[in-house]
Amino acid sequence: MSVTTAALRTPEAASRSRVKGLLEDERWLAAALLFPTMLLLGLFIAYPFVKGVMLSLTSARVGEPGDWVGLANFAKIWDDPIFRRAVWNTFWYTGVTTVFKLALGLWLAVLLNRHFRGKAFVRAFILLPFIIPTVLSTFAWKWMFDPTFSVLNWTFYKLGLITGRINWLGDPDLAMVSVMVVNIWRGVPFYAISLLAGLQTISPELHEAAAIDGARPWQRFWHVTWPLLLPVTMVVVLFSVIQTFADFQLVYVLTGGGPANATHLFATYAYQIAIGTGLLSEGAAISLAMFPVLFLVVVVQLLYIRRVETR
Amino acid sequence: MIEGAAWRKWVYFYIPLTIFVFLLLFPFYWMIVTTVRPDGELYRPWNAPNYTPFWTANPTLEHIQYLLEETLFSTWMLNTMIIALASTAISLVCGVFAGYALARLNFPFAGSLGTGIFITYLVPQTLLFIPLSDIVRNFRLGDTPWALILTYPTFLIPFCTWLMMGYFKAIPKELEECARIDGASRFKAMVYIILPIAVPGILSAGIFAFTLSWNEFIYALVFLSSPEQKTVPVGVTSELIRGDVFFWGPLMAGALLGSIPVALVYSFFVEHYVAGLTGSVKG
Repeated sequence: MSVTTAALRTPEAASRSRVKGLLEDERWLAAALLFPTMLLLGLFIAYPFVKGVMLSLTSARVGEPGDWVGLANFAKIWDDPIFRRAVWNTFWYTGVTTVFKLALGLWLAVLLNRHFRGKAFVRAFILLPFIIPTVLSTFAWKWMFDPTFSVLNWTFYKLGLITGRINWLGDPDLAMVSVMVVNIWRGVPFYAISLLAGLQTISPELHEAAAIDGARPWQRFWHVTWPLLLPVTMVVVLFSVIQTFADFQLVYVLTGGGPANATHLFATYAYQIAIGTGLLSEGAAISLAMFPVLFLVVVVQLLYIRRVETR
Repeated sequence: MIEGAAWRKWVYFYIPLTIFVFLLLFPFYWMIVTTVRPDGELYRPWNAPNYTPFWTANPTLEHIQYLLEETLFSTWMLNTMIIALASTAISLVCGVFAGYALARLNFPFAGSLGTGIFITYLVPQTLLFIPLSDIVRNFRLGDTPWALILTYPTFLIPFCTWLMMGYFKAIPKELEECARIDGASRFKAMVYIILPIAVPGILSAGIFAFTLSWNEFIYALVFLSSPEQKTVPVGVTSELIRGDVFFWGPLMAGALLGSIPVALVYSFFVEHYVAGLTGSVKG
């Protein structure tokens, strides 16, 4: 009896030990460990990317595969004044908010890089705009920008700064400014906390040495802190540029691209065309139009990281 | 440090810091006030004489009650929780495995695979949501939680992998070698020796991944259509607005309650969250 069970078990045990043997080989173990990641990233990043490119070359609509049309979709959006406005908006939005987020974030980081009572508390609280779901906090802003019940209008009116109401989201230029304000509000904590982490790695002795040599506070910041902080700053800025460039939620909630399509970004316009009107192919073309810029930023980031690593 | 008179300390430190904190937190205060303010006070024009925007004399819970009884808010909370937990778990397993392989094993193309994963980390969701919506439909995942549980890891895994690689690289190789001399297999050495040391990293990655999936908006907006499948951000956006009419009381109550799980997780693990955040940037 025992002989037969042993004989039955052998091939199973043998295959198990073969698997074990394979997993002792670094290459096989690595392949096994990387398999789930590669599967998910392949299915839901690489495949959609290829599919997106194919889609943008057809005339597909929702539920209708469409025909091959070559670059017609790209030619069409190139002549589309709303798309051109969206391109301009996206660059302007990314540029302006990045400058403000970096300047204010750095200022806040320098303030926090100091010992004071309740520091941990303050640091925890100021990150809230970044961690609270963006859509939900953006609704609070939308309510603050409300044309009839705006608390901002009330405050400015009581302070004597305005006499009539300001239509924050109803005027095309002002709407863009309002969206930028919310983006900056949400991004400053991220910059501040990341840059604070960078500041904390700078030895205070360098500052003391510079102070002994007679450097004034501003000179110490410019000649000691800033150069040492530059690598962290670069990475934070590149990350944030990608996120801002591809932003969707703020515009979707605050203006929906309006008034009169004046505040669209790439992503919101792609959404409106693809999901709103069902022109999947044209929507895919619009969102792929982001790709060259994103690609450039990623290349810069990779080159920069490599340079820092090999130094 | 700021030298000199006390006024300098006020001008250069306390006043700017107070302004920063005030501006960053005011919208949340506004959310809370709106949540407890009765409708009669809520819709009083800003230039009305008896308008007192910053507080209310008659706080009410009617908006929260409306939200919980008349809308599917609790279903959305449950959906979001399940989706966030499941996608975080998947991403952690994948990220820990991949991070370990990339940081500690020698195999061909390790460098280019690492770079490849880093690049997917930088792919924004808005680049792929249109073809992905088609794919999700073809896989028959549309309008189910699986559409999100399986797609969220695409932006969580790269980040978890990247963060875990940093942790694994910092653990000395000798520890593993000792275990292997004692007869442990490579896999066992990883699970029993290296993973326990990397727990702080796993916690940071998990908390960051959880908040990111709770936050996600565009995939949830595009892949889900029936009200009872929605997540909190999408449900609040699409179901509490009828045409052009905003129900600001329940909307703000929804925003407030919908933020609580993330805020709670965050408040318990601030240090881990910050480590995850800064680690994700430093790479």
